[in-house]
Amino acid sequence: MAQIFATIVHKAGVPDDSAVELVTAARKIDAGATVTALVFGSGDDLAAACTAVAPAYNEVWKVDGDAFAYPNAEVIRKAMTNLLPSDAIVLVPHDTFGMDLSPGLAIKMDSAFASDVVGIEGLDGGTLNIVRQEFGGAVSTHVQCDISQGAVINVRAGSFAPEETQANGQVVDKSGDVGDLGAARRKFLELVAAEVGDVDITKEEVLVSIGRGIEDEDNIEIAQELAEAMGAVVSCSRPIVDAKWLEKSRQVGTSGQTVKPKVYLACGISGSFQHLGGLKGNPFIVAINKNPKAPIFQVADVGIVADILDFLPDLTEKIQESK
Amino acid sequence: MEILVCVKRVPDTSENEIELNREGNDIERDDLVYSVNEWDNYAVEEAIQIVDKVGGSVTVVTVGDEEDEEVLRREMAMGANNGLLLADDAFQGSDGRGIATILKAAVEKGNYDLILTGALADGGEAQIGGMLAAMLDVPFASVVNSIAVLDGNKLKVGREIEGGNQEMSEIELPCVLSIQTGINEPRYVGIRGIRKVASVEIPSMGAADLGLDASAVGSAGARVRRMDYFVPEIGDGAEMLEGSTDEIIEKLIEMLKAKGGLK
Repeated sequence: MAQIFATIVHKAGVPDDSAVELVTAARKIDAGATVTALVFGSGDDLAAACTAVAPAYNEVWKVDGDAFAYPNAEVIRKAMTNLLPSDAIVLVPHDTFGMDLSPGLAIKMDSAFASDVVGIEGLDGGTLNIVRQEFGGAVSTHVQCDISQGAVINVRAGSFAPEETQANGQVVDKSGDVGDLGAARRKFLELVAAEVGDVDITKEEVLVSIGRGIEDEDNIEIAQELAEAMGAVVSCSRPIVDAKWLEKSRQVGTSGQTVKPKVYLACGISGSFQHLGGLKGNPFIVAINKNPKAPIFQVADVGIVADILDFLPDLTEKIQESK
Repeated sequence: MEILVCVKRVPDTSENEIELNREGNDIERDDLVYSVNEWDNYAVEEAIQIVDKVGGSVTVVTVGDEEDEEVLRREMAMGANNGLLLADDAFQGSDGRGIATILKAAVEKGNYDLILTGALADGGEAQIGGMLAAMLDVPFASVVNSIAVLDGNKLKVGREIEGGNQEMSEIELPCVLSIQTGINEPRYVGIRGIRKVASVEIPSMGAADLGLDASAVGSAGARVRRMDYFVPEIGDGAEMLEGSTDEIIEKLIEMLKAKGGLK
């Protein structure tokens, strides 16, 4: 069995939630696997991240260097290609770093690439049986991946629950083994923080959130009127921001804001994992969508099949009357 | 600047509900409306805007068959100068690596400074741009939401990272960028624009034209294979409120009150 590695994403010394989820994913590939954490970074932050993940992993490979102070996928890819055995199975969180790193890593290592994996159903010889989704989560697929020459597997956040098992691995310094990294052709300049909008949706208890189903910019006032009647605030999914109908600060999702409301009214939102990734704290979710098969109905507490353009004004009127 | 944009014809999820067919082995493809992948449309718009500023030309390329020509024509109606169809029976069943291999061969037939793809398409893998860059050994940036052309054969690019933050980098040309939606506002394509390019000859290249070994692409070379489509049973799902609109609203208001959703 090839060695399994997990790429650890960390910030200011604190590993991302994915760090413990990748261990579970590795054990789904091989229950008895020796799983090695790969941690790139520099200085005290790196040391803290290594210490934090060590309990969950059999071994921690620490790679310290100025070139890794900010995670540049081009540089880390080269280091991984030099450092890892060619038939390694490399697990990576499917975030914007994983999207940068993994497709190219699979080419450079001549490994198979499985992207955005949500389930692993086991190994059959050299074939790994995995589950993915297509069309924004509308349908799932079983995928067979030939991992006999190694594999890079991007794992979706939240798909593998952390396990309690303690491996208590040692931290091994591999900084001297990354070989020649050459000169980076892409250089990190700076981070630009998200713009602060007129409302802070992350602090709101009740959100009326709209998606594609609102159809037109002029219809947004339907949602605003409902929000006003409820004492709530309007948030949205990505297409509404792409269309520039609402400002970016109102977007719920992995590329927008992470919200923790008590009640979330998802109106005309299909429920892609990127959107649901921004919804934390187990809110009471009401989904209103004209498509009875919309994925949002799988995660909502209450579902209503209706066209929001008809339904929301009726709801607003009744709420106003009931006051 | 010579820019190549890789595009894909996909079922339009805003026009169709994606469902399983009766046999349960594929999505229902009867009456599906196809269009250009949304992310690719932003990439083409961005390429056109760059060329408007600094000169050059935009070529749109797709891997597919004659039916896929329509998306090339649509993007040419938008303002792309050239189209290129990569079509061959040997390409059928390619995985991401296979598609990137085909595109690499086409890139090497041209002389491009910048290659754009959509950040992702219907399959959601977000893989082609990164694979293509690695095969060409040029730098890559994913989920790009801003591009500025700098002096000295460089671009300043922004990537949309977690939490709505933007990561700014400098990247050397030639390079590959995968484009995120929202980077621009793609122009509207009218029927007149489509008519204008309706009779333009679009060149087509196959495996032999590209010097590709058929065993390296298509299902023969695929290490990743989709076996089926299915709809999983996840938990109990939502409690569906049914009845007349008035009845539904009455139940909903009660629930919202109980959960603190009405103030």
